[in-house]
Amino acid sequence: MTEIFGVPTQALFGQLLLGLINGAFYALLSLGLAVIFGLLNIINFTHGAQYMVGAFCAYFLLQYAGVGYWWSLVLAPIGVGAIGVAIERTMLVRLYKLDHLYGLLLTFGLALVIQGVFTNYYGSSGLPYRIPDELAGGINLGFMFLPKYRAWVIVASLAVCLATWFVIERTKLGSYLRAATENRALVQAFGINVPRMITLTYGFGVALAAFAGVMAAPIYQVNPLMGANLIIVVFAVVVIGGMGSILGAIVTGFGLGVVEGLTKVFYPEASNTVIFVIMVIVLLLKPAGLFGKEH
Amino acid sequence: MATPTPQATVVAATGADGAAAARQSRTFVRATAAMAVALAVAPHVGIYPVFLMKALCFALFACAFNVLIGFGGLLSFGHAMFLGTAGYICAYAAKKWGFPPELAILTGTLAAALLGLVTGALAIRRQGIYFAMITLALAQMVFFFCLQAPFTGGEDGIQSVPRGRLFGLLDLSSTLVLYYVVLAIFLAAFLLVYRIVHSPFGNVLKAIRDNEPRAISLGYDAERYKLLAFVLSAALSGLAGATKAIVFQLASLTDVHWTMSGEVVLMTLLGGMGTIFGPVVGAFTIIGLENYLSGFGQWVTVITGAIFIVCVLAFRRGIVGELGAWWAQRGR
Repeated sequence: MTEIFGVPTQALFGQLLLGLINGAFYALLSLGLAVIFGLLNIINFTHGAQYMVGAFCAYFLLQYAGVGYWWSLVLAPIGVGAIGVAIERTMLVRLYKLDHLYGLLLTFGLALVIQGVFTNYYGSSGLPYRIPDELAGGINLGFMFLPKYRAWVIVASLAVCLATWFVIERTKLGSYLRAATENRALVQAFGINVPRMITLTYGFGVALAAFAGVMAAPIYQVNPLMGANLIIVVFAVVVIGGMGSILGAIVTGFGLGVVEGLTKVFYPEASNTVIFVIMVIVLLLKPAGLFGKEH
Repeated sequence: MATPTPQATVVAATGADGAAAARQSRTFVRATAAMAVALAVAPHVGIYPVFLMKALCFALFACAFNVLIGFGGLLSFGHAMFLGTAGYICAYAAKKWGFPPELAILTGTLAAALLGLVTGALAIRRQGIYFAMITLALAQMVFFFCLQAPFTGGEDGIQSVPRGRLFGLLDLSSTLVLYYVVLAIFLAAFLLVYRIVHSPFGNVLKAIRDNEPRAISLGYDAERYKLLAFVLSAALSGLAGATKAIVFQLASLTDVHWTMSGEVVLMTLLGGMGTIFGPVVGAFTIIGLENYLSGFGQWVTVITGAIFIVCVLAFRRGIVGELGAWWAQRGR
């Protein structure tokens, strides 16, 4: 068996793949957080819970309506996004004139409520979700075995991330969005319905989280607390990358996933903490984050 | 209507004219005396002392947290790391090294202060929302450390910590003696917080909170003030955690978990951020509520979350803040 630095290549590539998968979720979630923060100035603590609700949506759709994975991938984000719109209209909208911290506190409370309700009904053990038939099995690449579903997760999330980047950075709609991030009042004066744009942006960010949740359902089990610990890591990812750039969020997300995967191979004891350690180093060297703007 | 920031709730404690300040401090002395008497009598009128001690530890924790959010304008979402770390160190010192309780508590407190110095120096490099995220991430790192480090006992924690004899004189195995010791610790720390907040240091801190660039332009080294506030808050949180470890004879992962960091935010928010008595009222309310609802399992989390939402949407000044505003209105 071939080895690199005393580690079997099978294990190395296996962890690398797992790292890329985790990185895909970090990227999708931190992207959603960055988009929401850009326009709403709110750090959406509910993001992890919304990711979890996305996974549960897929589970419910399959269990009670016989709707499969592919439709779930479309329906769950729309459903959870719609709930997000309702949350924005009824609650977040009251906080825009206040200190940013209140947004964090409110969404933290929401996350507790959502997670508490789901834990109450489904316990904290996971529910299984089957990999769709089209993506079952895998391909032998010679140096490693590549499960098809995992390859799909990486490709699909990368595609969604890049599409988001394209819409925000390269289209007219995106230019309105960026303009409103800079100066809301001025954009409104040009006759653009900014409040509606804010609502839809929140809905879109939440939908991204739900999309990640559906993708995660077959890999990790569907669990009421699946988003709770993830969101804290994603916060660290956001601090490392800085929220200034969309592309930065994507690169940081995938990069940190890979670093975490490699740590699992070479020094497993630190795999839980490596991202936080990197955050500390980045704070010491470049406090605004790797892609952040100094204010 | 002008909406208050978390800071604006300070009940006119700063920079008031002499007469008002004197009246303020008279009110404080009366209220504190009333609180002390009520707490001293409480175990004799049928209130379970262990419940009171738990509430007092959390009240102290919330007061410590309030120094940072209420007067420094810094929202830490990782204060559990100080509570938990101090608990572990104190429990370890008392059990494995055979330290007497006063020394064990002191060791735990110092450990928390040291941790506060390191994490504070990192966290104050960013402001506002980032500060909250960084403290949360650092606390999660500490949580994983405590989960894996051999000395913490992992999932079991450190159990059956000896209470010992305070200064070799007071036998803390008697619940009532222990209660009065905890009460004394709480009152001393409470008065210290009042003193800190009303000292020149506290006033500079409030100035930085309200307008950091201006404070800097006046020649104050804002970073040093913020760091000192952070360390003080960490040390007092540590005092609460170490005392709690002696009271329950246990140090466990619950106290380092992020839900604990959220809980102290809730206590302070519910009681009234930036008020002196708010955190105490908030802590007693939440601990009482949890005690009362302990049979409802996960619904407690739901109710906690719901209180958060209601507080943020409709009740931002908290119980004491709202009462203070009502009192001020009535006085006019």
